[in-house]
Amino acid sequence: MSEALLFTGARIEGGASADILVADGVIAGVGSGLDRRGARIVDADGLLVLPGLVDLHTHLREPGYEDSETVLTGSRAAAVGGYTAVFAMPNTSPVADTAGVVEQELALGEAAGLVTVQPIGAVTVGQKGERLAELGAMAASRARVRVFSDDGSCVWDPLIMRRALEYVKAFDGVIAQHAQDPRLTAGAQMNEGTVSSELGLAGWPAVAEESIIARDVLLAEHVGSRLHVCHLSTAGSVDLIRWAKKRGVQVTAEVTPHHLLLTEDLVRGYDARFKVNPPLRRNEDVQAVREGLADGTIDIVATDHAPHPAEAKACEWQAAANGMVGLESALRVVHAAMVDTGLLEWTDVARVMSRTPAAIGQLPGHGRPIAAGEPAELTFYDPAAGGEFGVADLRGRSVNSPYLGRRLPGDVRFTVHAGRLTVADGALTEEARA
Amino acid sequence: MSTRTVLHDADISRALTRISHEILESNKGAQDLVILGIPTRGVTLARRLATQVAQVSGSPVPVGALDVTMYRDDLHRHPTRAPQPTDIPPGGIDGKTVVLVDDVLFSGRSIRAALDALQDIGRPAIVRLAILVDRGHRELPIRPDFVGKNLPSARDERVFVRLTEVDGTEEVAIES
Amino acid sequence: MRHLLDTKTLAREDALRILDVAEDMADTQQREVKKLPTLRGKTVVNLFFEDSTRTRISFEAAAKRLSADVINFSAKGSSVSKGESLQDTAQTLQAMAADAVVIRHSASGAPRTLATSGWISAGVVNAGDGTHEHPTQALLDAFTIRKRRYGADSRGRDLTGMRVTIVGDILHSRVARSNVWLLHTLGAEVALVAPPTLVPQDVSAWPVRVGYDLDEAVGEGPDALMMLRIQLERMNASYFPNEREYSRRWGLDPERFAALPQSTMVMHPGPMNRGLEICAEAADSPRSTVLDQVTNGVSVRMAALYLLLAGERPAPGADDDAQKEDAR
Repeated sequence: MSEALLFTGARIEGGASADILVADGVIAGVGSGLDRRGARIVDADGLLVLPGLVDLHTHLREPGYEDSETVLTGSRAAAVGGYTAVFAMPNTSPVADTAGVVEQELALGEAAGLVTVQPIGAVTVGQKGERLAELGAMAASRARVRVFSDDGSCVWDPLIMRRALEYVKAFDGVIAQHAQDPRLTAGAQMNEGTVSSELGLAGWPAVAEESIIARDVLLAEHVGSRLHVCHLSTAGSVDLIRWAKKRGVQVTAEVTPHHLLLTEDLVRGYDARFKVNPPLRRNEDVQAVREGLADGTIDIVATDHAPHPAEAKACEWQAAANGMVGLESALRVVHAAMVDTGLLEWTDVARVMSRTPAAIGQLPGHGRPIAAGEPAELTFYDPAAGGEFGVADLRGRSVNSPYLGRRLPGDVRFTVHAGRLTVADGALTEEARA
Repeated sequence: MSTRTVLHDADISRALTRISHEILESNKGAQDLVILGIPTRGVTLARRLATQVAQVSGSPVPVGALDVTMYRDDLHRHPTRAPQPTDIPPGGIDGKTVVLVDDVLFSGRSIRAALDALQDIGRPAIVRLAILVDRGHRELPIRPDFVGKNLPSARDERVFVRLTEVDGTEEVAIES
Repeated sequence: MRHLLDTKTLAREDALRILDVAEDMADTQQREVKKLPTLRGKTVVNLFFEDSTRTRISFEAAAKRLSADVINFSAKGSSVSKGESLQDTAQTLQAMAADAVVIRHSASGAPRTLATSGWISAGVVNAGDGTHEHPTQALLDAFTIRKRRYGADSRGRDLTGMRVTIVGDILHSRVARSNVWLLHTLGAEVALVAPPTLVPQDVSAWPVRVGYDLDEAVGEGPDALMMLRIQLERMNASYFPNEREYSRRWGLDPERFAALPQSTMVMHPGPMNRGLEICAEAADSPRSTVLDQVTNGVSVRMAALYLLLAGERPAPGADDDAQKEDAR
């Protein structure tokens, strides 16, 4: 059993200050005058505490692409970013489309022991979009898969999408759609618009995302299913979700930290660190997704952490891979884009980065209130810290971050998972680094 | 730093008149003469010489410009220079007596470059060199055939030639 | 000038300097000895990842006429086609002490990636990158227009008041893009004519007028009509139904050629699809500048190589390889 921990003086979700006693994997007490015998005292004065962050969209790359990331290295990156749970996307090799592979991923996560790794299952066999994968078997497996996605690819065939939406009702699953019409985006390199026309890069039009979302919310309504939309990036998409929710469609949506902060102007130097799918959009789109997150149209922030080896980014734009790492920087970027701009309070951050992702993904034990008796999954953050984000802030295997050299506010100081410190004083603990 | 004038406009005029007579004398007339100035001020001087030679001899003398920028051996030591136009008169230079004209002769490298340039344009029978001011410090075995003024100078001194058509005034000055 | 990557960031003075030096280069090409010793001892590498005999030999001629040593590297059958990256290819050239790299690549932005990567210290000349830019083509086009208009009196002049219409696949054309920026910088008015599918979705920020009707454009009597090559593969991606319809609506056929004012120059960057975007009469008429464009290409590329290599090289990070304000 690990030692008991007593955190003193932390502001609960940015609100009132309290002490928090953690023992035997649970929160033993919150308030003052707690029994501190045998506990290690951790001074959390000046820090705010959030329920442990939950990422509904992470690429851990293992099995198959271990040169970019492994479950262990990805878990380290997550812990350092304040995450206590991540949902691992299935575009691995082999694809996670069977009970066997998802159970393997679950076991790797348990062995790493730093965050809860919850596998996401593929919607179709091999993510090819042709036949449904064994969704039921994955749901019934030890991995208890509830979220299914072909992320990386769009479930484009409307009939397959309909069947998938209907089928997962049997075990209360949800389809997480990567909305991208493949025919409208063949060879696309960046957002279609004024910048792409100048740079001579093939465009990825907003309508290719919006037309799929429009179709899918109508399908979800028709068959009475839940739908989740991955990495929303355009103003039009926000409007569609707003409209759908008004109609009563059971749709949820996520936005990445980078789409809350960065615009397509960064593509002008052809620096492939800024190449991502869906692409960076216009300033109007950034403002719209921020407002959407603030007013609840967009339910959560999800990182879409996508590690790539150096040679996949240090090359001409067209040859570069899509994706950015994001676990280590996520909370700080949300701080800059949403809290410093007055759009979210810290308690809203707790909602969009912990409570709601856990609810959508049906992950018990995470996103719980910070109260006695609850599992000890906690993130302690210093909002007054901050500095230039650099390679030293990254803990995963890959360094393809768009924030290198950029000033970001805040700093994750302590992360508690299953009652144990994975991050202390801003660094991975000894056992976490093992 | 001090500047003194070593040639006034009358001195320059006298020097050019003398040089034009010397050219005619050494060439035994104006036959097959072509006068080419090295930009910028060499061209001005070339035109003046051509006019004077024509006046004295009674027949027109072809005159033009020979830019040597592309033939210099020290290009990479200076910021990029834009070349000036090269204008070879219609009769060309093959078999002619070409008189190269420049304002100041110093290391001799410009003239070496001019000889290389001439070689790529044609094959003159004879090449002569007319200079307004020879300030010494030659780095190559080049000597002028016609000199306006010998002006011994220290290496770090600067010699300025100003001509009315280019600078609005007329003088040769040395700055030390 | 440290690199020549695009005309979008090429300032007016720098563009005019290239054109004026090209005049001097053109003059030397009339001599019996067409060679100059200026770049003796310099090594120019033609790094062509895309096939292009015409542009490559133009650059080769330009470099050789300045007495530079030329090394030709073409992707086919080379280590690149076996998967060697741009980085490794570049570092090999650096190890061979290349002074300038002339690069043609199918990926937009590859020359900029090469120039800003730190892999090489050589100057980079963009000989065409994807659908982005082809600056020396635009420069030789501008040189040609200026020369036809002003003849021996061209030096120092820009193209103020000239009206140029570009016709064809604008969406995929680096020649069109480079011409739009450079012509505008030099004061010309630019109009584009194309099927709507071949105009980029958003050209609202471009200094051009866009139209879909070639007969209307011909009726305006431009000073220069530039026809772009149409690639028939575009038909298979449904940009237009077939070549017959393309040619009928957007080809410079004999009727349209006859309707043009006598003074209009007919231009084409080559290679031409005779009978498709341009009829033989137009291509072979005295109004056609096609062959002048080829000749002028060598002079303009000599000027570019001279300005890049002859003087003292500016330090990395100086002037033009950093982000620069629009030349306008």
